[in-house]
Amino acid sequence: MTFELAIILLPFIVAACIPIFYRRLPKKAIGWVVLMVPLSLFLLLTTYIPRIAKGQTFSNYYEWIPSFNINFTTYLDGLSLIFSLLITGVGSLVILYSIFYLSKKESLHHFYCYLLLFMGAMLGVVFSDHLLVLYTFWELTSVSSFLLIAFWHHRKASRAGARKSMTITVSGGIAMLVGFLMLYSMSETFSIREIISNIDVISEQSLFIPALVLILLGAFTKSAQFPFHIWLPDAMEAPTPVSAYLHSATMVKAGIYLVARFTPIFGGEMIWFWAVTGVGLLTLFWGSFNAVKQVDLKALLAFSTVSQLGLIMSLLGLGSIAVYLGYSKDSIIYTQAAFAALFHLINHSTFKGALFMMVGIVDHEIGTRDIRRLGGLMPILPFTFTVALIGSLSMAGMPPFNGFLSKEMFFAATLKITQLDVFSIDTIGVLIPVVAWVASIFTFVYCLIIVGKTFFGKIKPDILEKNPHEAPIGMLISPFILIGLVVGIFIFPNLLGHYILQPAMAGIYPTFPSTEELTPHISAWHGFNMELWMTIGVVILGITLYFLLKRWKPIYRWIPQRLTLNSLYETVISFSENVSESLTKRYMNGNLTHYFSYIYMVFVIVVAGVFFLTNSFEWSLVNNSSVESFELILVFVVIFAAVAILFTTSRIASVLLNGVLGYSVAFFFVIFRAPDLALTQLVVESVTTALFLICFKFLPDLTPERTSKRVKVSNGVISILVGATVTIVGLAVVNYEKFETISTYFEDAYNLAGGKNIVNTILGDFRAFDTMLEVVVLFIAGLGVYTIIKLKAKKGDADIEN
Amino acid sequence: MKINDVILRTVVKGVVFIILTLGVYLFFSGHNAPGGGFIGGLVLGSGIVLLYITYDLETVHKKMPFDFKKVAAFGVLLATGSAIGSLYFNAPFLSQTDGYFNIPILGEKHLTTVTIFEAGVALTVIGTLVTIILSISEDE
Repeated sequence: MTFELAIILLPFIVAACIPIFYRRLPKKAIGWVVLMVPLSLFLLLTTYIPRIAKGQTFSNYYEWIPSFNINFTTYLDGLSLIFSLLITGVGSLVILYSIFYLSKKESLHHFYCYLLLFMGAMLGVVFSDHLLVLYTFWELTSVSSFLLIAFWHHRKASRAGARKSMTITVSGGIAMLVGFLMLYSMSETFSIREIISNIDVISEQSLFIPALVLILLGAFTKSAQFPFHIWLPDAMEAPTPVSAYLHSATMVKAGIYLVARFTPIFGGEMIWFWAVTGVGLLTLFWGSFNAVKQVDLKALLAFSTVSQLGLIMSLLGLGSIAVYLGYSKDSIIYTQAAFAALFHLINHSTFKGALFMMVGIVDHEIGTRDIRRLGGLMPILPFTFTVALIGSLSMAGMPPFNGFLSKEMFFAATLKITQLDVFSIDTIGVLIPVVAWVASIFTFVYCLIIVGKTFFGKIKPDILEKNPHEAPIGMLISPFILIGLVVGIFIFPNLLGHYILQPAMAGIYPTFPSTEELTPHISAWHGFNMELWMTIGVVILGITLYFLLKRWKPIYRWIPQRLTLNSLYETVISFSENVSESLTKRYMNGNLTHYFSYIYMVFVIVVAGVFFLTNSFEWSLVNNSSVESFELILVFVVIFAAVAILFTTSRIASVLLNGVLGYSVAFFFVIFRAPDLALTQLVVESVTTALFLICFKFLPDLTPERTSKRVKVSNGVISILVGATVTIVGLAVVNYEKFETISTYFEDAYNLAGGKNIVNTILGDFRAFDTMLEVVVLFIAGLGVYTIIKLKAKKGDADIEN
Repeated sequence: MKINDVILRTVVKGVVFIILTLGVYLFFSGHNAPGGGFIGGLVLGSGIVLLYITYDLETVHKKMPFDFKKVAAFGVLLATGSAIGSLYFNAPFLSQTDGYFNIPILGEKHLTTVTIFEAGVALTVIGTLVTIILSISEDE
């Protein structure tokens, strides 16, 4: 069974093929070809559902870098399955939608290539059991998200948004990497499952809490939790299909996945409970509160996504208390929070995906997303209106839609937690349901804004002039499938609960014996209990606040502009840019002489330093062979040529003197019986001399440099030090015995490498890796010369082309 | 500026033949005697450059219609590709093998996979050398 690996690899392979085959395809066909990838993967993954529902898990092991203990371990259980179904399912719908959304003039091959790259990376994240492989894929999702946000890279806001999301998510990712390494140092394994099974050993260690905090940082930045949420609204500069896919349904849920996956490891800690619950609730409130003031529909949806992610996060935090309490009849009830988290995760993907596509249609057909310019679109876009209505009501938690069920479960979980008296919940725990309830009121208000300001009221005359019409059917299929799911899940919630959510619960609570107990029966009607009264309160207060919006909106101006998180981010970024620029300019001043002196100083310090520190300057002339007179003559020729270069006034003369140096060295090679080296040196010397002569045609005459005496002296000292270092190393190297001698390889070259010429066996066999990379470097250098010259020619006048 | 280069042209006609033969000889003699991919490529490359210097670009290009950038790229692919090849025989990256084979007419010959790798090196050297010198001298 290598299906799981194939599932991860397929998007990458297709992404790599797109640049090769896209020219041969009509522009329209690329999308359809790409659509086949997630669709087939989705269908393949659905075949796993019955087996995973029975409690099976699928694990595969491939050696990748065995010497570093890095292996490609895929692990497919209920939790991975939920995410992989979302990734491929929503992916298929989004690609279908994008075929009709994106203009044929866009560079579609880039778009779909990045999209597939993201899809593969995301599947890699949820299928990896190995921490470092998971981290690699995790960062790859950030990179592909960066490319997709900056898809319209000619727009400044796109580039800024892409950079912001990259900066924040990658910083969090690096924190997470450090956390992973701490986990490794404690448990001595990179496998998540092995860490979970050794949890008793590692939870006592001092690095446990720092690892927890760092891994949470990674999850919070990725899932746009307060105060890192600021990147998500800016990421809305991406094309709408990307926002629907990455920034609502999948990538931002990677943090949720990570928290769910690590709940069995860290779940028993108080810090985990309060960090995940507290940050989640704060994000829930702050996101919904800020969503109300937005005027751009997409920005509004971005803040609503932030808020909904906070909701799911806080549910996972509430559910982690069950890990602390351990398995018992009473603790089972607290696992329902995690169940609700997974349930809402799926529900959120359905209604938020539909809403994003709805906004895309409005933007596409009307030409603006600004709610101040929209209104009265219901008769023009009746189908889109249906999507907006059902999606918004589901998000607001209204029946008969799936959002109602998960919202009720959320309220139930927040109420239940207040009955506990651990982790000082009995004192401040009462805030949990209050914050949840207040945030839900704001959620209700912005849901009304989405529908009310866009589709009701009077239509603006400038929109009517453009003669807008309903979107093509292709753009409506995907949102209608999603709102079909919104209604369908409300009618058959237990089908989803039993087949999809129940096996995932085993992933969050592996120590609990039966997953059957962890699966509550979801029903729409519980009688008049506290949750329902809370919902009714939300509706009444929400409607009141919506109609009084103009009265209380001024409170948003209470926070001064310069104290917002965004301006803090801008300050930090521009400050670090300025500092690094001034620092870099201090040493990268464009003067080649300076660069050479850096290189030589490092060379002297490192090489001579090592020889000094290891006390290796030992040499004796006893074993050396005697120096012949013709060798001495050659030495004097070299010295003469080297010194003469310093005093020449013409370039030609210095090149020729340099040639004298090179040819003399070739003579040394001949004397010391290295015909290979002599031959190579001769040819290289001839070619470089020719090259110099060609180049110097373009250069002005040599002018004496005007440098201060101090610089001249320091340059002279550096030169002498370099020469001394090389000489001393050359003398001492014969007696250097810190390492095992490698000459045994050369003596046995014929048996080891099948060659009698040891120079060639070194180049082609013993050190072939060096040769291979040198070849690559040579080629790159050649291309560099070519492009520098040819690109310059392009910018100039036409007469350069010949 | 027109210079009388009859002597150069006549000499080069003969010399290039010797240089190119020497290059090929150096390439094949490697591994057991002085020579090999790098030096062979260098000699061949300088022979070609000599042709370009003596005759004009168009004449040489008509007889040798290669894009030397592509020659270099092909060389890199050959060198790295031959390195990967050993993986298919369950041997570590870049493993080389050799053996003696009886070839009709030529008799027993020593063949080795290093030759493929070295051919890649030689082609890269030729391609890069000619590309650099041509692009610099073309630039007016």
